[in-house]
Amino acid sequence: MDLNRQKLLEAYEMMKTIREFEDRVHVEFATGEISGFVHLYAGEEASAAGVCLQLDDRDKIASTHRGHGHCIAKGVEVKGMMAEIYGKQIGTCRGKGGSMHIADLDKGMMGANGIVGGGPPLICGAGLAAKTLGTGGVAVAFVGDGGSNQGTTLESLNLATIWNLPCIFVVENNGYAETTPSKWSVSLSGNAVDRAAGFGMPGVVLDGHDFFAVYETAGEAVDRARNGGGPTLIECKLNRYYGHFEGDTQTYRGPDEVKKVREAKDCLALFSEKVTRDGTISGADLQEIDDRVMQLIEDSVVEAKAAPKPPAADLLTDVYVSY
Amino acid sequence: MARTITFKEAIHEALDQEMARDETVIMMGEDIVGGLHADGEDDAWGGVLGITKGLYAKYGDRLLDTPISESAFIGAAVGAATCGLRPVAELMFIDFMGVCFDQIFNQAAKFRYMFGGKAETPVVIRTMVGAGFRAAAQHSQGLYPVFTHIPGLKVVLPSTPYDAKGLLIQSIRDNDPVIFCEHKLLYSIEGDVPEESYAIPFGEANFVREGDDVTVVALGGMVHVAGEAAEKLAGDGIQCEIIDPRTTSPLDEDSIIESVEKTGRLVVVDESSPRCGMAADIASLVATQAFDSLKGPIQNVTPPHTPVPFCDELEDLYIPDAAQVETAVRRVAAGG
Repeated sequence: MDLNRQKLLEAYEMMKTIREFEDRVHVEFATGEISGFVHLYAGEEASAAGVCLQLDDRDKIASTHRGHGHCIAKGVEVKGMMAEIYGKQIGTCRGKGGSMHIADLDKGMMGANGIVGGGPPLICGAGLAAKTLGTGGVAVAFVGDGGSNQGTTLESLNLATIWNLPCIFVVENNGYAETTPSKWSVSLSGNAVDRAAGFGMPGVVLDGHDFFAVYETAGEAVDRARNGGGPTLIECKLNRYYGHFEGDTQTYRGPDEVKKVREAKDCLALFSEKVTRDGTISGADLQEIDDRVMQLIEDSVVEAKAAPKPPAADLLTDVYVSY
Repeated sequence: MARTITFKEAIHEALDQEMARDETVIMMGEDIVGGLHADGEDDAWGGVLGITKGLYAKYGDRLLDTPISESAFIGAAVGAATCGLRPVAELMFIDFMGVCFDQIFNQAAKFRYMFGGKAETPVVIRTMVGAGFRAAAQHSQGLYPVFTHIPGLKVVLPSTPYDAKGLLIQSIRDNDPVIFCEHKLLYSIEGDVPEESYAIPFGEANFVREGDDVTVVALGGMVHVAGEAAEKLAGDGIQCEIIDPRTTSPLDEDSIIESVEKTGRLVVVDESSPRCGMAADIASLVATQAFDSLKGPIQNVTPPHTPVPFCDELEDLYIPDAAQVETAVRRVAAGG
């Protein structure tokens, strides 16, 4: 793996930024100042970071309801995201999209998505464009275990294979589609990866709490896609720390389920332990990043709260390019 | 015996009473039990807003949680309806119709006609509609005119707890496919609802308020917005007649036309998009059927032709309010 010190620090900062962003949104949402639906990614950071650190500016991703982590990992500006969640004019989508619809096409982030299974067909299109235009880019669809059951996802797996597209499908199996457990709702004993064979593509299942496992597997998939080898299905088994959305009491989960995962499987703790144990990174290095991230998130919230709402005229703008 | 309950409770009660009455009534949808097959509480959600909570304890396997596979389970509900069951499927948000629309408009809606009158498809699709939840463009639409456009579908849009219960019971007993639209902002409103079971026939508008000056046709959540405006206008001596069609297909054309023949003035208030929407449809009806009765131009009050924005202030601007209705009524009242 090409994980030098710089890349490791980058990975840690990315995951830490996602975690602090989500933990802070969790706190701020409870004050009532944030409107609408918010779905938090805390606990799943290693997946977004492990995949997106293998991507570059040519590459595209499509995300899910739970999209903040993918946005940050693909380089969407954090302050703009926070302002968007607050519905402000300086937000990534000028306050008109909100948490479920953050997108930054300039960064190759094709959008969180309010429709489950909305992303995979778009990613086939992104892959087709890359292939047709010869950009060398690859395209990654993140879907949840819930999204893995949509016809759109299954059709996309087929299309990507028969067109030999430079696409990667990452199923983030966090155990639940809202309340419904994937061990029941996903056929083949909850293993979405087993479907890969049926669509004629390589499938890899891994521990999605393990940044290194995700990074290595994503790297192989990206190489294959870039070199004309076609699509790959990766299933990351992981956990979400918060509810399906903010306000979900999660009584469908087993006793202490989240507590146990936090103690044994926290992706940031696992990462920190590994990199400090082998001496590549010091505790002080990580602390420096923690401090910087905390300040960034604090500034994001302060600036988002202080920013003006969009003017009334914005209601009517940007429906069409011209009309 | 009537007592005061919420719109949400009225829907729950209709489902409960129909499931008790008829064993062929089953329900399916995402998380309508919620938590089934997991390690915690079985009936954890009872639907995303808790409307079906408690029914699993009574009816067990007649409630089916589904994967997030709208094409498959909406289609399965349609298929089961043609084979002896009366499924009530929950499509969580009407916006998700895009995922499963073929099963509704090419399959369910067409069977009876296409098969020479030999098919019955008694399926109900319950779905949330409307803006006001800060849920942004993909969870806030009022897409019922799209369904109204399709011959073979019936489309229901209740505005009160009383209507919600009676119309849902009718929907379940009806032998055609029904799209039952529940406006998100109405779930908490209260009203008098009889405990006993009752059905409200489709195609019969409710005269919410009688008046001689201006006919105001309002739908769904807009019935309450129109009522607020009418109250204020009455203080200035302008009497509105508010008509709630309650079903957009079939539409009670006679009641609307008769009212316009009396008042000579029409305002239509609807939350769906203005182009090819219910306001345009009803205005067209009156312009073609009662033109000679009109004393002036018809006024439509609708959102602008835009998606629903996220931020609170823009969404509030998007949704028609009582002040806009009042302005429209004053404008038509001044004409002729």
